[in-house]
Amino acid sequence: MSQDDQDALDGLEMTGSQTVGPFFRIGLEPLFLPVVAGPEVRGEHVTMRGRVLDGDGQPVPDAVIETWQADADGHYADPASAPTPGAGTGFTGFGRAPTDDEGRFSLATILPGRVAGPDGALQAPHLVALVFMRGLLRHLVTRVYFPAGPGLADDPVLALVPAERRATLIARPVAGEPGVFEWDIHLQGADETVFFDA
Amino acid sequence: MAHDPRSAGLTGLRRPSAGAQPEYLYPPYASSIKRAPTRPLILLPHTLAEVTGPVFGYDALGPTDNDLTRQHSEEPLGERIFVSGRVLDVYNRPVRRALIEIWQANSAGRYHHKGDTHNAPLDPNFTGYGRVLTDDEGRYAFTTIKPGAYPWGNHHNAWRPQHIHFSLFGAGILSRLVTQMYFPGDPLLRDDAIYQSIRDERARERLIARFDWPTTIPMTGLGYTFDIVLRGRDATPMEQ
Repeated sequence: MSQDDQDALDGLEMTGSQTVGPFFRIGLEPLFLPVVAGPEVRGEHVTMRGRVLDGDGQPVPDAVIETWQADADGHYADPASAPTPGAGTGFTGFGRAPTDDEGRFSLATILPGRVAGPDGALQAPHLVALVFMRGLLRHLVTRVYFPAGPGLADDPVLALVPAERRATLIARPVAGEPGVFEWDIHLQGADETVFFDA
Repeated sequence: MAHDPRSAGLTGLRRPSAGAQPEYLYPPYASSIKRAPTRPLILLPHTLAEVTGPVFGYDALGPTDNDLTRQHSEEPLGERIFVSGRVLDVYNRPVRRALIEIWQANSAGRYHHKGDTHNAPLDPNFTGYGRVLTDDEGRYAFTTIKPGAYPWGNHHNAWRPQHIHFSLFGAGILSRLVTQMYFPGDPLLRDDAIYQSIRDERARERLIARFDWPTTIPMTGLGYTFDIVLRGRDATPMEQ
């Protein structure tokens, strides 16, 4: 048996993660995409914004949030035809936004459609979110749902979260600003956001 | 919702072995203490949302993105090196069109970043940013200079070993990986809290590039190879 065949059988171990550190902007800024969906993209345009807070409740000014979502019809980018993020117009489903000095981030996107869950039941509209920062040796994986979204009550992933913590994954509407939602990411504390073992 | 063929026979992503990935809380790395989650993580089923991800094309890349020594009017100072390798998934299959983003300090150990206060000089001919997309065999290559070591505030007389930051996109959003590539024989690795956060010694040592004669170019620069393994989808369907 060749080494390649043996490796295919045994599998390889994934490479270990290391922190992005404080200077990720040098490498990641060319692909900062706070506008996930420009005006040409069909769908209900929304803004998802919030703050990232550490265990002392202090803003985290050096985090970067990445989001992944379906389009308005519940379709994910097709590898055969999807545009490259950052290379032009069109919807790719991928967003990346840094936090500012006050720990704030903002992403302009569209409300995603519903997609199938683990048992074929529809999931409620949501964004998958990855959180990177100095201090995190591995990135965090979480989700943000839209308030009053269809299917929120019986979303198969939300159902796995203890009821008293679900609110940490649901954005709040902002009074007087239609289409704007706020979602804070608490790394620790009483309101610690639910993070997933993905 | 319309039918998506990727949901047919949807299979999970294998999870890492114990010790091969760092824990979130690793007190020797001081910054983890106030930033690591404290509540138990919730086991996430892998749905279509997790196994899909952004798709990159060569149109994203600029002509000097993979050569960090040619991004300014003159060459940067430092030791020119050639870094190459393969990106594979855990089933030993090449990952094609994987976007790799890199960043690093200059040869004096200083980042081109307003937050870096180390009193080493900036190099006007070095930004420390690069991007490359893997080919059909998962191969990548870039040219750069060897980054310098630099001090940091983690503990008394703490120094980061020489390293290059790597960010990768694989087949789906959960294949995402950010890591650091180190250099063989670096005496600073032994006391580096970030490197040592990976408990398994073999897993840790896989973050160290290998010196490579075949990619060393006479009279020009040394070659290093660094292979990276990303999570991938199982080849066989799994029970839902």
